[in-house]
Amino acid sequence: MDFFAKIGQSAINMFAVVGAAGVVFWRALTSLRHLPRSMGLVLEQMQRIGVESLPLVMVTSIFTGAVASVQVSYQLKEYLPKAYLGTAIFKSVVIELGPVLTALVIGGRVGASIAAELGTMRVTEQIDAMEAMAIDPHRYLVMPRMLGALIMLPALTVIADTLGIGGGFVVSNVALDVSGRVFVDGMRTLFYAGDVLGGLIKACVFGLIIALMGCTAGLATRGGAVGVGRAATRAVVASCVLILISDYVLTTLIYGIIFS
Amino acid sequence: MSGRILIDVRDLWKSFGENHVLRGLSLELFEGETLVVLGPSGCGKSVLLKHIIGLLTPDRGEVLFRGRNVFDMSVRELNKARQHFGMVFQGAALFDSMTVGENIGLPAVEHRGMRGEELEALVEEKLRLVGLEGMSGLRPAEISGGMKKRVALARAIALNPDIVLYDEPTTGLDPIMAEQINELICDTQNKISATSIVVTHDLHSACFIGDRVALVENGTIEFVGSTDELMETEDEGVRNFIARGRANRGPHENRGAGLH
Repeated sequence: MDFFAKIGQSAINMFAVVGAAGVVFWRALTSLRHLPRSMGLVLEQMQRIGVESLPLVMVTSIFTGAVASVQVSYQLKEYLPKAYLGTAIFKSVVIELGPVLTALVIGGRVGASIAAELGTMRVTEQIDAMEAMAIDPHRYLVMPRMLGALIMLPALTVIADTLGIGGGFVVSNVALDVSGRVFVDGMRTLFYAGDVLGGLIKACVFGLIIALMGCTAGLATRGGAVGVGRAATRAVVASCVLILISDYVLTTLIYGIIFS
Repeated sequence: MSGRILIDVRDLWKSFGENHVLRGLSLELFEGETLVVLGPSGCGKSVLLKHIIGLLTPDRGEVLFRGRNVFDMSVRELNKARQHFGMVFQGAALFDSMTVGENIGLPAVEHRGMRGEELEALVEEKLRLVGLEGMSGLRPAEISGGMKKRVALARAIALNPDIVLYDEPTTGLDPIMAEQINELICDTQNKISATSIVVTHDLHSACFIGDRVALVENGTIEFVGSTDELMETEDEGVRNFIARGRANRGPHENRGAGLH
């Protein structure tokens, strides 16, 4: 009986989180009308979410591209000419590896940081103080973070795509005996702009998910330092799970239906 | 007490799970007075204050601000009403990502669009009122607990509100600092002529600051009257509270008004 009660409780908790996230999203959306006077806050968040995450994204993407190059070369060895190495690296990076890996590392770094910051503000009554001053926390705290992540995730993904392909290019040249010209020709074969666009659309959605989960967990924080730690964990777990689920849905929708 | 009723709390009930904090509490606040809400820790004083400013919603009952129920107001109306309030939180609740000056200036920036020299002048004026001139560049982490309370007071009175709510302004301070904060509250009251509610469990502060005192026990008002009436009452519950207050403070510190 306990087992079923736990499953039931988990289901209720999940719906509660979805409901809370929906309310936070809606209130942030309606506060967009105050965007002109919140531009400073949005720029500040773009700096924190985007610019400060750059080193992490750069390292992740360069090595992802490099590993992908070795892997693809190993997989194709017996079956396809190496001319297709560039094609495979380009497509896998812009469609999948670039947006998803960038979102997962940003989800860990930024999601936890947003949840911990807002959670600490909640337990130290700073959010109450803000509301008491007639300043809507959804306008002042949530909306700039959501907009910052929405803008910066695609930007970071473009950088990750470029560096990932660059990493693959260097490894192909240096270690896999594929000349630069062959690699680039491979990229141009079967090039389709929709591949890049689809990856960037996914990055926008991932950005929203990361900021929304961080803000929802942060605003719902209860119970001091332990509560703040739990909020950060919840934000990261929820972001990562939702990124992977929505990746499947979006990939099916974008590449299976829209660009097919 | 004569004068116009500014805030009318009517039959307020609030529970947190099994914890019934407010049980039909009713209270009136008259224009221009300083009302001290006194009671032991955990009796619901802070919860009452958060209902008055609309940070919590009751299970039952209403809070009328200038004749309008706070809980019937739309978000926009509530935020408009909140601009007539200033609140000093128990832990000061300063925004730790901002400097002292930015904390004090935030309501003016948000609601009056104040910038530049005008804003700096306002911040310095409020800092001077609380005896912290020239400290606007410091961060909350760089100042003491007593100074944080002063900054919180400066922030609360930044826009010269009609009503100032103080949540345990002297809690956690040494007796000398507590005395200074009490004097500062009286001084501020005289300078900005605001109506005030001061929540405290400190009998000495209550007698020092208050025009009237309301004693909260078991979620309702046990006594309401002037400080002299409080000292002379025959009500056994009230006398017990006074005796406990005197015992806790120690005879050498009972030198405030009404405690000789």
